[in-house]
Amino acid sequence: MSSPCRNPERRVDTLRLPAIVLVTWLAIGANEASAQHAPPAPDADRGPNAVSVSGLFPGGSAPPPPDPIGQRFEGNKEAIADGKELFGQMNCSGCHFNGGGGMGPALMSGHWRYGGQIDQIYSSIAQGRPNGMPSWQGSLVPSMIWELAAYVKSLPETAPASPTVVPGTDIKP
Amino acid sequence: MPSKNYAATRYSAMDEINGANVKNLQVAFTFSTGVNHGQEAAPIVVNNTMYIVTPYPNIVFALDLAKPGAPMKWSYQPRPATASQGVACCDVVNRGAAYSDGKVFFNTLDDNTIALDAETGKELWKTKLGDINTGETITMAPLVVKGKVLVGDSGGELGVRGWLTALDVNTGKIVWRAYATGPDKDVLIGPGFHSFYPSDNGTDLGVKTWPTDAWKTGGGTMWGWIAYDPDLNLIYSGTANPGPWNQEQRPGDNKWTTTLFARDPDTGAAKWALQYNPHDEHDYDGINEQILVDMTVDGKPRKVLLHPDRNGHLYVVDRESGEIVSAKPYGYVNSILQIDLKTGRPVMNPDKLTKLGTVVRDICPTASGLKDWNPSAFSPVTGLMYIPHENLCMDWKNVQVSYIAGTPFVGAEVVTKAGPGGNRGQFTAWDPVEGKAVWTIKEDLPLWSGAMATAGGLVFYGTMDGWFKAVDAKTGELKWQFKTGSGIIGQPVAYRGPDGHEYVAILSGVGGWAGAIVSGDLDPRDPTGALGFNGVMADLKAKTAPGGTLYVFSLPKS
Ligand code: HEC
Repeated sequence: MSSPCRNPERRVDTLRLPAIVLVTWLAIGANEASAQHAPPAPDADRGPNAVSVSGLFPGGSAPPPPDPIGQRFEGNKEAIADGKELFGQMNCSGCHFNGGGGMGPALMSGHWRYGGQIDQIYSSIAQGRPNGMPSWQGSLVPSMIWELAAYVKSLPETAPASPTVVPGTDIKP
Repeated sequence: MPSKNYAATRYSAMDEINGANVKNLQVAFTFSTGVNHGQEAAPIVVNNTMYIVTPYPNIVFALDLAKPGAPMKWSYQPRPATASQGVACCDVVNRGAAYSDGKVFFNTLDDNTIALDAETGKELWKTKLGDINTGETITMAPLVVKGKVLVGDSGGELGVRGWLTALDVNTGKIVWRAYATGPDKDVLIGPGFHSFYPSDNGTDLGVKTWPTDAWKTGGGTMWGWIAYDPDLNLIYSGTANPGPWNQEQRPGDNKWTTTLFARDPDTGAAKWALQYNPHDEHDYDGINEQILVDMTVDGKPRKVLLHPDRNGHLYVVDRESGEIVSAKPYGYVNSILQIDLKTGRPVMNPDKLTKLGTVVRDICPTASGLKDWNPSAFSPVTGLMYIPHENLCMDWKNVQVSYIAGTPFVGAEVVTKAGPGGNRGQFTAWDPVEGKAVWTIKEDLPLWSGAMATAGGLVFYGTMDGWFKAVDAKTGELKWQFKTGSGIIGQPVAYRGPDGHEYVAILSGVGGWAGAIVSGDLDPRDPTGALGFNGVMADLKAKTAPGGTLYVFSLPKS
């Protein structure tokens, strides 16, 4: 995870996380920063302006326009790679696994409870959601949440077409 | 109580329904719970009233058995915090209520124990025992012993510190609490503590067998079964896996996780402990049932308990001393070579130990064990134990994990697979004296339902695609089956109705860890999902759909 080293603003906010998280995180960051000279991921100092969770807009009113910040992160390889790493480090994977879901819903299915636009995904992560999705806005800075959203958004696109059939063990009874 | 009696035999002495007439069994009435999650609870029947608890949102229904069609007498909605759903590791299940002295006791997913007036459903008291923001939930069925409600927590996958606690039946006040980890004073280990094996004796082992402070997030929750021996005045219960699953982050024996405790119900004081899986590497919780029986071993009568552990061994344990009388595998096991009866410890297979960043293949049994929570039955007539279980193996990779309170603390990527032979489930009739299987039934899907034996020579259990089955207790021959609306992961019970006739009841409704793919609509394209259960259960979505319904069966009225 090279993000904490690239962006001083992020380093400040990591202090809000428990020390143990910070330690592993910076250690990993240091390892990778030296091994990697890729172009930096996009940055952002805020979340999306207006997001709607509903698909109903009464009286013919329009849905809020997508925030242009989202377009900088969506599909961006660096952001997705950073987001993937954060997804493991923040234990998102403990609830959502590699997108198939468990304690939390599947994120690779392409069906979204609260919207699948990157800014909607951002809001789900930042605000949390009522049926057990923690709110991360107090512990992660906006760039990180955008990276996570970029990764989550990419999951349905990279998911295999059919179920992975797990073969039984070939140990003989 | 869900396990029928304090000895937890799940044996009904009723014999009206038997091998000759069970083919005529028919539906007496049904009742929808309205909840589409795993129905693991046992319906309990007292004074012509049936009580059931649903999965989250943990609604309690009382049904009036004295009236035609068993109409609702009352219902009670505890309205647990919605956020609690997110910290329940393996579907939002509940294993049932307990009755004592005109009161119904049950637990909510958001860590409350509640007492209701059994007649009216009025709330008598409500005690908060934990905090969902540390990952704690409660899913177990309480047990009432000597004026105390015994309750334990869940959350071994979130670095919760496990405990068993006793509440006063009348006031809900906490009488004692015994933690699974930490200093002796927290574990309620004192002068009266004497374990059979040397490695289970020592001072503050709940601290010393961990890296600094790791016991604080070390698991050892108590989400399974408790049995009680009134003569010895001891309760028996086991603790769950250590956290995190990644064993490399917690060198040491990790006491007192995966441990059987014998405790004084009045004070909680531990009399002895037996750690089944010191430094567990495979998520082999020790919370499965213990069935108390008196049996003759080498010509001598002994008071023992029977415990089919997740690690695949059927432990016969002297319930006075904690000595292991025998421990034999009741299915295919390769992670453990044998249980050393001199030390009480498993001899591990070095090829199946887990490593950081390395996928260790074909570890058997899998993380959910050769058998998970779903309780066995014991028939004093046949002398056999009836074990509904799994036949699953796994590939396991350790990954580094950090503790963030309220999030999973696992650190392993697991992919579960069918075990040898390809059948994912198995029903085994086990002779505890001889230490061997008498007959087995292979089931395609893992068995996640409990078993019940009756004096009618029958054993009942259900399958995850919805079949409710009665088999011959002596031979295992299928005598009757009925396809219910959803997969069965509940606990069958038998009761005498107000008309004097025998009834058999089961909750249908798929879910639980093994069925989370259906109840949580998970995506089978990620085999690591649901702690590694997604891939091996990918076909379940094509075999059953969620839905909670109570089914009650009886013979036709003549
Ligand atoms: C403790 C378990 C848990 C953790 C940790 C967790 N989630 Fe969730 N997540 C959930 C649950 C449960 C829901 C469903 C909430 C609801 O429906 O109200 C959810 C919902 C979501 C959604 C909305 C999905 C949709 O269909 O609209 C997104 C996106 C998401 N999580 C991403 C993340 C990310 C990214 C992280 C890590 C920063 C994370 N989650 C950590 C449990 C968790």
